[in-house]
Amino acid sequence: MDILLEYGKVFLTGGIICTIGQILIDKTKITPARILTLFVTLGVILGFLGIYEPIYNFGKCGATVPISGFGYCLYKGTVKAITESGFIGVFTGGITATAGGIAAAVVFGFIASLVAKPTIK
Amino acid sequence: MNTNLNITNSEYDELISKKAKKSPIVKNIIIAFIVGGLICCLGQFISNQLVNMGVEKEQAATFTSITLIFIGAFLTAVNLYSRIGKVAGAGSTIPITGFSNSVVAPAIEFKSEGYVLGIGANMFKVAGPVLVYGITTSVILGFVYYVFNYIF
Repeated sequence: MDILLEYGKVFLTGGIICTIGQILIDKTKITPARILTLFVTLGVILGFLGIYEPIYNFGKCGATVPISGFGYCLYKGTVKAITESGFIGVFTGGITATAGGIAAAVVFGFIASLVAKPTIK
Repeated sequence: MNTNLNITNSEYDELISKKAKKSPIVKNIIIAFIVGGLICCLGQFISNQLVNMGVEKEQAATFTSITLIFIGAFLTAVNLYSRIGKVAGAGSTIPITGFSNSVVAPAIEFKSEGYVLGIGANMFKVAGPVLVYGITTSVILGFVYYVFNYIF
């Protein structure tokens, strides 16, 4: 039962975050690219305000897998680096924490572009 | 065709609202909710497996992101992600797999323009703004955090 409850919370949290994005796409003229940018920025701000932490504690991957979790990770990494190494952490923390994801996206993207053929639109 | 022109405005409105397709917004939202939720559950499953294998928690989170980014890149390369996106909307855009798609799709699309100015320059077409605003915000707020916690 515990595992079902855990996945239920993950599903609910991730679902709600995507629903907010879908409503913004349908009800406003905001394009998906702008939604991604908006959600990352919001993730950082909500992390700073201490609002994303409880969402993460409740929803785990439901909060970290959406792109807003990337923003939360940027902020959390910054705070961690400041705690460990002082002022320089303001600049080094964010990218350090998200380096794995960024490097993966670049490398997989490059390999995919070598292998895949562009489709005619 | 011109048989039914003698109708009042209100009758006409009624006719139109009957014939017009219902706005698919509710359907869009439900699908976005389900697809988004499922992708997050997949992430949780990967994360749980890694933790069970003895991977440290923070590393497990990074590995999970990398795995999802790989899945997103793979589905983009085989031209499946855009098809999922047509149905799932934000449900497939918002998760990290959508971020991966936003990097991989332009890289493939602009391949014909060359390795440097095609693939290299276009890869961050969407991801670039995401990083610019994400990193800028985190540095500014990190600075605020530093000032409040270490100077005052």
